[in-house]
Amino acid sequence: MNLDALLQGADIWRGGQPSAAVKAVPSGFTGLDELLPGGGWPQGALTEIMMPRQGIGALRLLLPALARLSQGDRWICWVAPPHIPYAPALVNAGIDLSRILLVHPRAQQDGLWAVEQSLRSGNCAAVLSWPTLDDKVILRRLQLAAEAGDALGVLFRPRQFVQRPSAAALRIQLAPGIDGGLLVSILKRRGGWAAGPIHLETHGPLALHSRATIATGNFRSQRQ
Amino acid sequence: MLLCNEAAQGYGICPGMPVAAARALAHDLIIQPRDHKAEQAALHSLAAWSYQFSSQVSLYPPCALLLEVQGSLVLFGGRIALLKKLRAGLAELGYQVQLAGAPTPLAALSLARCQREQMVEEQHQLAAALTPLPISVLGWEQTLLDRMDGMGVHRLGDVLRLPRDGLARRLGRQSLLYLDRMLGRHPDPQTLYRPPTQFKHRLQLPSEVEHAQVLLFALQKLVLELCGWLQGLGAGVQIFDIALWHRQGRCTSLRMGMHKESRDAEQFTILLRERLERLGLQEAVIAVELRAERILKLEAQSLDLFEKTDVRGGVDLLDRLRARLGDQAVQGLSAVAEHRPEYACCYSEPGHSQKDSNGRQRPLWLLAVPRQLKTRSGRPQLQGELKLQPGCERVESGWWDEQDVARDYFVATNPSGSCYWIYRELSGERRWYLHGVFE
Repeated sequence: MNLDALLQGADIWRGGQPSAAVKAVPSGFTGLDELLPGGGWPQGALTEIMMPRQGIGALRLLLPALARLSQGDRWICWVAPPHIPYAPALVNAGIDLSRILLVHPRAQQDGLWAVEQSLRSGNCAAVLSWPTLDDKVILRRLQLAAEAGDALGVLFRPRQFVQRPSAAALRIQLAPGIDGGLLVSILKRRGGWAAGPIHLETHGPLALHSRATIATGNFRSQRQ
Repeated sequence: MLLCNEAAQGYGICPGMPVAAARALAHDLIIQPRDHKAEQAALHSLAAWSYQFSSQVSLYPPCALLLEVQGSLVLFGGRIALLKKLRAGLAELGYQVQLAGAPTPLAALSLARCQREQMVEEQHQLAAALTPLPISVLGWEQTLLDRMDGMGVHRLGDVLRLPRDGLARRLGRQSLLYLDRMLGRHPDPQTLYRPPTQFKHRLQLPSEVEHAQVLLFALQKLVLELCGWLQGLGAGVQIFDIALWHRQGRCTSLRMGMHKESRDAEQFTILLRERLERLGLQEAVIAVELRAERILKLEAQSLDLFEKTDVRGGVDLLDRLRARLGDQAVQGLSAVAEHRPEYACCYSEPGHSQKDSNGRQRPLWLLAVPRQLKTRSGRPQLQGELKLQPGCERVESGWWDEQDVARDYFVATNPSGSCYWIYRELSGERRWYLHGVFE
């Protein structure tokens, strides 16, 4: 193995420069993509989104990536979402509903099992979940499962877990920004230091429709 | 005594011994009476299973099966590969087996009966291979064998050396015909086994079972038999039924459904494991049964030539989630052209969604049940006073199915910046409700 090959490996960290081998799904937000290794949400890894409360716009941040992933043939799996993902809004955001899989386990243990199975199966492009429990062993398992299944695993978690250790490849924290925008801080990323906060113009929750339409328009042109 | 295990042998017990003598050697010996019916059922299920290796299977009760494999050799990659597969499959099913092969059915049977794992490939090698075998392998009546023994004929070689007319006179024409068939001098057409069109196998458990894990072990055997049978038919199933029999004729039924037709034993076993773990057995099980009634064509493109490259192989995520969590716990999502917000979104079969949206601004989350909001001086509150955005959407419809709705919807924000979808009833007490959350 020569030096070039070594440096291509994902397990080699070179200070100041994100590894080129990282697979990522563009988030659809330029400012954020610039900070993320590989230029987007890490594919085949776990991402933790820490938020002060429900309704801050965490899901909105993910929609362009989900719209893009739904054009593929793998599932976008939602395990125990806090409410009903409202189908008309998802359509407006450019998401292909036929790729949506909703899983409603009765017990928390079943929920974690479902997240792990979905991540590991290789049948899911993305797995979203809202776990309430804090266990670094479980996080490690989920990270490994996401690697095995090449899935974008996203955990939406309350802000109080920020200080807890985690095996997730990416951890970001959200805070409300100006004019319905979002302040995004990167707490942990592969091949880089913590960064941010940066302000993302998400144009507030109400601008979702027009924004997402533009975003999917871009995807189409890239796919051609 | 027909058979005994190692522990019994340790007491000096051996097959052929009278039961009383065996009891004298070990007073706590457990003796199971021979069950001819069960033996016959087992032979039939093995025949169904081995249909995957040959379309010409014949039954030789009580304990032999004949497979014409010449035609299957190419498909399975040669004799050695075929035998290896057969042996592995039978071991998995839990059978001890004696494999032997020859150009004629009766020669193969004789070799197997004398417990020689011998493969005779050519007709001209046949006589030499049979010569050393004892005459008992012929399976003839004991009186006839005794008579031959008296004549100083102990081995097949001795029989074959006798002049034909003398043989016919002393042992009968039938015996001569038997020998001719064995040596390939006379054709020997077989009564072929026809596999059933439905699968129904039952397995009596040696003792009462309460643990799902042990049950799975027994069911696995039935699953392997099912898959062998399906393989032989070039078919798959989408549904199969499991019956767990308890005492007094009570029964727990499980229906296993798959997303796509399959005959992958590993997949079925994984699904069964998930299902059994969730089941929580209330009662001990004494017998298990597997039924498959509707079989679907599933061409293999020589599935076994390429070891597991079948796209249907592996466990589908949907099946796995449903096996453990229940069918209702796994859903797809549809958007329906409907004015009433709660009906514009519904669950549907994953992968089959309607995608009608009226393009209006909608929240990402909808509450399953609208939550009534507190008011202060007539203004709705949610962690502080809600500020209504300009513009409201009137939703009035549904009178025809008595689920009528008459509401004014607003977008509202609270002091911390969260954004909600709320409505006010147009009639009655004109209460405020939270119905959605903009994310």
